[in-house]
Amino acid sequence: MNIFEKLDYTILNYKINLSGAVIGCALLALVSHQTKAQTAGLTMPAGFKAEIIAENTGRPRHITVTKKGDIYVKLFRKVDDKGILMLQDKDGDGKYESRTSFGNYIGTGIYLKDSYLYASSDEGVFRYKLDANEHVINPDKPDTLVKGLVSRRQHETKSLVLDNDGNMYVNIGAPSNSCQVNDRQPGSPGQVNCPILETAGGIWQFKIDKMNQSYAEGVRYATGLRNVVGLDWNKQNNALFVMQHGRDQLTMFPEYYDVKQSAELPAECMYMIKQGDNAGWPYSYYDPFQKKNILAPEYGGDGKKEADSKFINPVAAFPAHMAPNGLLFYTGNMFPERYKNGAFVAFHGSWNRAPEPQKGFLVAFIPFKDGKPSGEWETFADGFSGSPEKTASGRADHKPCGLAMGPDGALYVTDDSKGAIYKISYNK
Amino acid sequence: MKRISLTLLIISVFISVIAQTKKPVAKKPASKANAASAAVSPAVMERGKVVYNTYCVACHQPDGGGVPSMNAPIVKTPHVLGAKPALIDIILKGMQGVDILGESYSNVMPAHNFLTNQQIADVLTYVRNNFGNKASGVTAAEVAAVRNKK
Ligand code: HEC
Repeated sequence: MNIFEKLDYTILNYKINLSGAVIGCALLALVSHQTKAQTAGLTMPAGFKAEIIAENTGRPRHITVTKKGDIYVKLFRKVDDKGILMLQDKDGDGKYESRTSFGNYIGTGIYLKDSYLYASSDEGVFRYKLDANEHVINPDKPDTLVKGLVSRRQHETKSLVLDNDGNMYVNIGAPSNSCQVNDRQPGSPGQVNCPILETAGGIWQFKIDKMNQSYAEGVRYATGLRNVVGLDWNKQNNALFVMQHGRDQLTMFPEYYDVKQSAELPAECMYMIKQGDNAGWPYSYYDPFQKKNILAPEYGGDGKKEADSKFINPVAAFPAHMAPNGLLFYTGNMFPERYKNGAFVAFHGSWNRAPEPQKGFLVAFIPFKDGKPSGEWETFADGFSGSPEKTASGRADHKPCGLAMGPDGALYVTDDSKGAIYKISYNK
Repeated sequence: MKRISLTLLIISVFISVIAQTKKPVAKKPASKANAASAAVSPAVMERGKVVYNTYCVACHQPDGGGVPSMNAPIVKTPHVLGAKPALIDIILKGMQGVDILGESYSNVMPAHNFLTNQQIADVLTYVRNNFGNKASGVTAAEVAAVRNKK
């Protein structure tokens, strides 16, 4: 073999390799493009697909979908001076390009039932009458159902849900981490008979047809709940279910908790609520490893002493600090049978795990039977953050917040960071 | 020729994808003092980092970027780079409900008056020379002056 032959051979070989690589790259690009387009960057169980049906909507929190598939979202910050956005897909192409907005207040809660749309500001609840198409008749003149609720910056948002008996349940978050004399200050003791609980740190019940209610007209339905954002009414056992945002900063007590323990404690808890229940905040927290309510260190706890047995136990426990912002019982027929009546939970993602890696930015699922969890929770849709690194740093692209079910049984998820709205469907 | 240009195109697409997913450039360690700041000793930075990781990191995060709408970032803001007495005051008295650069933050910045003058000096020197910040160090005497003013 002379040198020229060898050269020729090499070039040929190189060419072959290159074209192989080109085809490979092109195929790879095509495949990844296709799967990306069908999942909107999310990972889900087989058979599910996701698409982003609206982008840049501001900071959408909770969401509700009408019988005809129109969408209402409540905005965390105003866009064009408005706090409620209505999205429509008028041409039926799957993209919700038509937008109208109303309501000159920010907030989180929105709920649709029996020809009324209910929406919360950070201080109260308004109601809008709907027409036959479930469109708001008089967007500038809502009824004021509830007003004057505590809103002191921290845990200020109000979430709401209705039962089937004319009542509404509103979360009033505690403007505090653990009811210390000086909030979040190392060494500051817990306040005796935490006064915050009189007007916050619980769920209040109001009537859906009485104007201008406030604390005097409402009922403190449950107490000892630090802050609830995700909540839903379970129609199988006719009970309220809530997801609590557990307390932060156990690192203030380095004698009892190291950095790792503080990142993993306490669990983010799901509670089934009966009238009069007390979930223990600020006096206790739930430790998912000991499977017990533990006395809070601000109130004499040491990480081991058990709390008063009058406090209720959670029905399900999720990893700490993941910030559950949406809860939805799935009653549709589109998803496989095992999802029926189970709970989806949107986790906004943690920050209080630092300097440990952050967690969350996902939608979880937990199966239910007869109104009780019937198995372990599992990750349903992940990848909102953009990458494992972005999850770990907490610098997520998208943060799941609100959940709703469409008339066809599809699941809608809001992202209050970049303003995307996802629709997750199942193909048999 | 066509094939080569297609290859180039694909390679460049791949490179740009990789470039986009690359993490932001690592923060420059604030070692070399410039004209604006007196030399900050590595020992002070090390002590400041310990205070930061004990008392501040949960809220302001390892990159100083805070948490959107909740905990303010401490990267190149007027308070962080500006006059020292006002900055020291934030640490001693805490801060709540103040909009910063047009953003509001729902969480509370607790008073950290339980830290020693030296700890506050160290953590502020660390903050002012980390996360991309560059400003003069803070001394325990400067903290004492603000604390004793009352
Ligand atoms: C519990 C959470 C929390 C902790 C712990 C905390 N901060 Fe803050 N910090 C905040 C919040 C929230 C703000 C914004 C308050 C506001 O806007 O009124 C803030 C504001 C600041 C500011 C002013 C930001 C600006 O640019 O105006 C500085 C500086 C600061 N913090 C430094 C520190 C340092 C140093 C520590 C540790 C010694 C610390 N913080 C601990 C939550 C916290």
